[in-house]
Amino acid sequence: MKLMAKLTSTTVEPVRKTLSGIPVKPVYGPEDTSGLELPQPGEFPYTRGIHESMYRGKLWTMRQFSGFATPEETNRRFRYLLSQGQTGLSVAFDLPTLMGYDADHATSEGEVGKCGVSISSLEDMEILFREIPLGDVTVSMTINSPAPVIWAMYLAVAEKQGVDWTRVSGTLQNDILKEYIAQKEYIFPPRPSMRLVTDVIEYSTQRVPRFNPISISGYHIREAGSTAVQELAFTLRDGIEYVDWGIERGLPVDAFAPRLSFFFNSHNDFFEEIAKYRAARKIWAEVMRDRYGAQDERSWKLRTHAQTAGCSLTWQQPYNNIVRTTLQALAAVLGGTQSLHTNSLDEAYALPSEHAVTIALRTQQVLAYESGVPAVPDPLGGSYFVESLTQEMEQRANDYIRRIDEMGGMIPAIERGFPQTEIANASYEYQHEIETGEQKIVGVNAFVERNEEPIELLQIDETAQQHQLEKLARLKSRRDNHIVRKSLDDLRRAAEGRENTMPFILDAVRAYATLGEICDAFRGVFGAYTETSVI
Amino acid sequence: MDRIRVLVAKPGLDGHDRGAKVIARALRDAGMEVIYTGLRQTPEMIVNAALQEDVQVIGLSILSGAHNAIVPRVMELLREKGMDDVLVTVGGIIPDEDARELKKLGVAAVFQPGASLEEIVDFIRSSVKQTA
Repeated sequence: MKLMAKLTSTTVEPVRKTLSGIPVKPVYGPEDTSGLELPQPGEFPYTRGIHESMYRGKLWTMRQFSGFATPEETNRRFRYLLSQGQTGLSVAFDLPTLMGYDADHATSEGEVGKCGVSISSLEDMEILFREIPLGDVTVSMTINSPAPVIWAMYLAVAEKQGVDWTRVSGTLQNDILKEYIAQKEYIFPPRPSMRLVTDVIEYSTQRVPRFNPISISGYHIREAGSTAVQELAFTLRDGIEYVDWGIERGLPVDAFAPRLSFFFNSHNDFFEEIAKYRAARKIWAEVMRDRYGAQDERSWKLRTHAQTAGCSLTWQQPYNNIVRTTLQALAAVLGGTQSLHTNSLDEAYALPSEHAVTIALRTQQVLAYESGVPAVPDPLGGSYFVESLTQEMEQRANDYIRRIDEMGGMIPAIERGFPQTEIANASYEYQHEIETGEQKIVGVNAFVERNEEPIELLQIDETAQQHQLEKLARLKSRRDNHIVRKSLDDLRRAAEGRENTMPFILDAVRAYATLGEICDAFRGVFGAYTETSVI
Repeated sequence: MDRIRVLVAKPGLDGHDRGAKVIARALRDAGMEVIYTGLRQTPEMIVNAALQEDVQVIGLSILSGAHNAIVPRVMELLREKGMDDVLVTVGGIIPDEDARELKKLGVAAVFQPGASLEEIVDFIRSSVKQTA
């Protein structure tokens, strides 16, 4: 019986360091912030936020990451979320799509529609955004190696809806470096991949000026087990790498830097997380102004999306996850995020049920409309503890950035396994602390209950794969295969040369060449990447 | 006594290797000989590696929901090659219902989120000892 549940631990131990290992003193005072200069919110270096009025002027965008099974089903979920007051869309793709394989590829067996929505062609993308006006809704797409192809499909749908590309707004993740570092959904080796990323940045700068061509992501680095300091440092150093490639391409820094966006995790250590967001803005502003000489102040401002930490959520006592998510969401808001995804209570079990995702969205709405938190920008600014932590995070992240500079940049660092090893060590250490009980996780190693009630879960329709296969077979027999072949030949030649590949991808997509066919053309030219595993 | 030999494997397209790596280190720290396959292994590659490395245990880590397609194939290949004596464990996001089905196929244990390293190490030690 629940009330009789035996508590395995009742002692409260004092927390003596943050999750990143920064020592925490018993009390903080003026001596911890002496010499600190703290310009107002909206002023360089934006430690206190990128806008003068922050959420008083405009609330953060509530953007729940979502996608499962077929484009038809995800389209229904999208329209439900919009009807419930969500203000932006965020697409989760399934693993075959993320790896550039069609639903009918041999390795897609069993994976179609499981972790997200299955997209093999422009036809699927047209269904995904049916009755969703792309001129009005902003859409974020979590796709990396095949990002140029998925983005081309998105732009082609906008074309078909009659929406001018200059009105299209949204975000493409397109951050390949963190794939090698953490999430491991890469297809090609780092250098040709970086060329494709830069192709997207260049093309968006010229043709789709309101689109964010990249979301430089720490989220996955953190989920792979890094500390907050490592997340901060590796993400910003990835950002520096992309800026270098953009400049190398011949783009003036102020032409593209204002459209670079970021994506951070919001984990359990409340004050450390807030400090991380504040330090991120300060470091980036100084890098952009001092390292690159950017003149446009929009280039200095780090705009970010945040997501609460999926890896912090537990299988045991899943309702506690609502509480964890609330605290993490509050940290992201106090940290000054521009948009937010709150995880669902059933994250450790499955993709979220409609019930669970609604509670997650309501969590943000309670924060936004009931808590009073959005009334004042950076309400913790000036706090001895938070300012001291912000400085500490900044210093430790800059140390890492310097070390990676000394290795010759992020690609050589990745090739020698540096960030991967740092993360593997941190994640093992964290797990070890949970095992020993040094780090308490409620319901897992403290206050454990037996015989928990099961929760209701989303069932992925097993017919999704069959549905996708049949649709794809029909498409392949219906389309003009002569045009498809020609567009793929042209694409291959462009990939072998130095031109921007985007116009060629767009032509192939318009001819209904599939994601897999286009990625195969690139595989033929660039080769595939295999990592040397570090354990 | 010889050290227990374990193959830690990541089948399918799933790139989430945090768990597999933590487990690999924990088993190594517990004195076992650990071979990690790296990412994106087919059932055929996994079973061949198990054969060549002469392991007593295969630990499959799957977080993508593709376990019902992958694990039966691994079990079938093991039977075909007469490797029924290899202990197979599965870790990852596996619903209870699926875990029961996998066990019917001969999987010795399914470790769901929140399983402790100690529990996994102890299970492998005692199971291998029994069959030795």
